[in-house]
This record gives sequence, structure tokens and C-alpha cells, in this order.
Amino acid sequence: MKNVTYSIIEGKSVGFYGGIVISVLFILLGLFAAYNMEHHGHVITGMSNQIVWGMPHIFAIFLILAASGVLNVASISSVFRKTFYHPLARLSALLAITLLIGGLSVLVLDLGRPDRLVVAMTSYNLSSIFAWNMFLYNGFLLVCVVYLWFMMERRMQRYYPTVGLVAFIWRLILTTGTGSIFGFLVAREAYNTAIMAPLFIALSLVLGLAVFLIVLIIDCWETRCHLGEAILHRPKTLLGVFIAAVFYFVLVYHISHLYMTGRHGVEYFILANGGIYTVLFWGGYMFLGTVLPLLLLYHQRFTKSRASVAAASILSILGGFALLYVIIIGGQAYPLEIFPGMEVTSSDFFDKGIHAYTPSGWEIMLGLSGVAISALLTVIALRILPFMPRSLADADIDDTFKH
Amino acid sequence: MNEKTSPTQRERRDFLKTTAVVAGMTVAPGVLLYSVSQAKQAEDAVTSKVRWGMLIDTNKCAKGCNECVSACATEHGFIDDPHRDSHPEMAAQWIRKVGLRDKQTKKEYSLPVMCQHCEHPPCVDVCPTGASFKRADGIVLVDRHICIGCRYCMMACPYKARSFIHETLENQKPYSPRGKGTVESCTFCVHRIDKGKQPACVEACNKAGHKVMLFGDMNDPSSEIYKKLKEVSSTALRPDMRLNPGIRYQGL
Repeated sequence: MKNVTYSIIEGKSVGFYGGIVISVLFILLGLFAAYNMEHHGHVITGMSNQIVWGMPHIFAIFLILAASGVLNVASISSVFRKTFYHPLARLSALLAITLLIGGLSVLVLDLGRPDRLVVAMTSYNLSSIFAWNMFLYNGFLLVCVVYLWFMMERRMQRYYPTVGLVAFIWRLILTTGTGSIFGFLVAREAYNTAIMAPLFIALSLVLGLAVFLIVLIIDCWETRCHLGEAILHRPKTLLGVFIAAVFYFVLVYHISHLYMTGRHGVEYFILANGGIYTVLFWGGYMFLGTVLPLLLLYHQRFTKSRASVAAASILSILGGFALLYVIIIGGQAYPLEIFPGMEVTSSDFFDKGIHAYTPSGWEIMLGLSGVAISALLTVIALRILPFMPRSLADADIDDTFKH
Repeated sequence: MNEKTSPTQRERRDFLKTTAVVAGMTVAPGVLLYSVSQAKQAEDAVTSKVRWGMLIDTNKCAKGCNECVSACATEHGFIDDPHRDSHPEMAAQWIRKVGLRDKQTKKEYSLPVMCQHCEHPPCVDVCPTGASFKRADGIVLVDRHICIGCRYCMMACPYKARSFIHETLENQKPYSPRGKGTVESCTFCVHRIDKGKQPACVEACNKAGHKVMLFGDMNDPSSEIYKKLKEVSSTALRPDMRLNPGIRYQGL
């Protein structure tokens, strides 16, 4: 393993200040949305008593999954001992922290009573996976901070693999917890399946790696650091494998549901007759998020291009977002089966038919502010502490590339 | 037979009438006091010896009748909710009327649906702070002081029985406080039960002469609901989930 020199970003460019200004703007918009949702109530959002979780939850879960997955780069280095990835480990752990803070911020600001965060932190019902997730999320932040500290502090280097292993196991449990939020919902046909946990783990690996590659490309483009081909192409192959893994779990999820007679209705809804959900599943997740990125990553014509790696990353993020929309909103839009064998002829409370949902501007503003919080924290951290290698040229990373 | 009554017979009748009235007046307050004494005292702890429940006879439930829903809305103050009409999908609804048709036989049913007060409530399992809880006597409630408004209980409830309060509320009832940003559902009119009274929906249904809802202690062998549940066949909604709801439906 080479001794890599790390440095802070210079922070004098237009891109640096522009990024900060845009992030702050989006954060302010998000806070304004949160204030209005708090002041007027959720009546100003598209969420209702039928669709209880909406756009903010998609953003929050997206960021939480990406946070867990992005740490994979560090894990490959410290747990699987692939020293090639070692120089990227600091950025990986940093992004895990900032993305998680962004996701949790959205989740908290969407609560009906965000002012009761202290209650949520002090009053636990341990039969709730949500309560466990509070431990898991906070613990993950702590583990990542220690992980980073051990990475950066020479005297702690010998404990670095141990804490790396803890972080690796922690994030697997964390994403199992996030998937189980849905997996444990016995009443809803679209959920209530243990496959939600591995599906979310696989999705976290895709989202995390895609976000990591995009941040790496942007950072190197902005700081004009040299980014080697190998440093992009090795993770690129991995991204393809992760995309295929998500596809496998999605396939098993739908095939197993199609096998259960009681779930034919919800399957028909999502796959064939669900309007926006069907379009997002086939067009968003399957085509844009799976087929196209795999083509870009593996087809000989595109595989060498740096742009194709960037495009595949962006597409897999869009696809993952579409899949989360289908799972979270689509699963609620399909009505609960409260009266099996009966047809609902009338109801005062929307028991009949598909529930409608249109996300409001406030929800989107709040969701985007989570992304902005992650971006701002990352940029500031990169400016303050040396997370980035001075050079990411292949020869500076690994001796095997020296000619 | 002689139609005319003798003065002696008339006197005897008057005597019997007077005796009946006096006896009635003597016993009635005793009966009343007995029922009051049976009601839970404020300082008494709720006990698991009691399991409050309800038997709903769908054969008697009239299509188009909304007495129970209106009574609930009046009792708990939903009537005054500002966006009740403009945003019905966001309005609180603790009890609703549902019309059903059997897919095979085409037989039609009308029934009220509310929180089923499950013995194993999924809403209580998933609540992160413990705001969703079950009282020892089987009533499932929300502690609005520690509800953070995450709505996970609404995702978990198989009966869509819970409502999130989407807006600022005014003119609340002191015995039924509700709050923006928290979740709520049917309380079985716990404030009335604890005083030995019936839930508002049951009272309204009886007043309208339908007598669809029979409320009482399902654990008490002398209670009417206990006897009726033994006598007639009834079912719970989604019995396959084995949540053992406190609400049973007859004729469904």
C-alpha cells in the first residue's frame, strides 16, 4: 500500500462558493417548508390519512440508504483488505455521516411534532423497529466518527480494521432495520415480507456507490485533481453487480407475490394497472435505473467512457428513487384488504378504490433540503479536514499502475 | 262474566298500584346507585379482569343511517374541524359507515368500522415512543403528550382506524383533547366508560331504535355481551391476523 497524501480543498473557486450558496438556499427553502408544515399542519402537503408517508419519506429513506451504502467503499478497504480502495475510505466515511444527517433531518422535520424530538430520544418502545432504528442511526454516526478518527490518527491505525468491521456489521443491521420498517407491516399487502431487508441492503449499495462516484467526479473536476481510469473502473464493475443484485431481489419479491393468490391485486396494480406507479416501475426503475446503466457499464461501446460511468451513476440513482416511490407510495395507494371476499360499495373514509397522492411543493422543498444539508456538510468538511487524496491518478494510488 | 267491578275490587287494584309505585320508587334509586357503584372510581386502577368489547349486529344496521358517526363527531368535537368538508381525505374519522357486497352471493351489508381495540394491536407494537398503548381493560389509546406524529401506527393498523390531525383545531372538548400533528382514534369513549356510561355511538344507535351495537365487558359472565357472544356466531375483521379484536360482527 502506498503512503497517500491527503489535503483539504482549496475553497477559493466559483464552484466551491456556488455550491455553498445553492445548498444554503435549498436548506432555507426546506426550513421554510418545515415551518409552514408546523404552523399550518400537514394540511398544506399532499399527504393525507390514506397516504400517510409521502415525498419527504422517500427523500429521507433515499439518503439513509445512500449513507449506509456509501460506507461500502471504506469497508472494501478495511474489511476485505482491498488496499486499492484505501485512499477513498475517508471520503466514504465522511459521506456516510453527512448523508445520514441529511436524511434524518428530513425525517425529523416531517414529524407531526418535530418539537418532541427529545421525547423520541428518551422514551423508547423496544418492540418498535422505529425505536431500534433511532439507536442504529445514532450509533452509526458515532461508529463512523470513530472510524474516521482511527483512519486519520496514525496512533490508532492498528485498531482501524476492527472498527471497520464494526462499522460494516453495523450498517448491515441498520439497513436491515430500515427495510424492516416495511417488512414488519403485516396489514399491507405490498409490504409484510422479509425480503424488504435484503432488497434495501442491495439498494443501499447501489445508491451509496453511485453517490460516491458522482461526488468523486465532481470533486476531482472542481479541484482539478487527477482522477485515474482504474479508480473509476473498478467501482464501476461493482456498481453493475449491485444493480443486478437489486434487480434479483425485486424479481424474487414480485414472483413470490405473484405466487400468493391474495397478493395478485396489488401486483396487478403495481405492474400493469397502477398509472404513475406502473410507469415509474417499468420506465423509471427497470429501464432508466437498471437496463440503461447496465448497458452503459458493460457494453463495449460505452464501457471505456468516463461519461458513461457518470451517466450510469445518475441513472441508477434516478431508478432507485423511482423504486422507492413505487414501494412507499404505491404500497399505500393500494387499499387495505379489510373485508376479504367483499366488495366495498360505499364508505365515508375512502375504503373504496385507489388512494390519490400528489406531492406538494412543500414536501419536495423539504426533501431537497436534506440533499442540500448533506452537500453543505460535505463541502465544509472537505474544506476543514484532509479527506481527499492529493492525487487520484492511478500511479499515485497503486504501484501496479506505475510503468 | 260481569263487566262491572265492585268497589272492593277497585280498592284492591288501587292498593296494588300504589304498592307497585312505592316499591318501584324504593328500588329504583338502589338500582341506579348499584350501577354507579359498579362504575370505576377515579382513583381505581384499570384492571385486566375487564375486557371492554362490542358486538355489532350487521343485520340490524340500517343502510344510510349515520347516527353513530354523527354522535362520535359531536361527542369528540370533529364537527368544528375547519377543513372537514374541504379536505375529507385529511379529516379525522374515528368511526365510519361502510357498505359491503359479498362477491359471491351479492348480499349487501352495512356496518360501522372503528378502532377494533385489538388484544395484540400492531399500532402499539410499532409506536417508537410508546404513545400508542393498550389499557389493561383492552382499550387501545394514544397518549397525545408523547406522540411525535410519525404515523407509523397508521401504516401498521390493518383497519385504517387512525387519523392524523393535519391542522390547528379549535373548540376542543375538555374530556377529549386532540392536537395538530398527533395521531388519534376511537377511544371507546373512555371518559364515559369510566363513569359507567355507554360510548356515544352505542347510545345514539339505541336512541335511534336500531340497537345494532352491544357494548360491555366481554370477560363478565353476567354481562349481556358475554351471553350474546356465547349464543350467536360472530366474527372479527381479518381474523386471519389473530389480533383478537374487541369488536365482533354478527351476521357478516
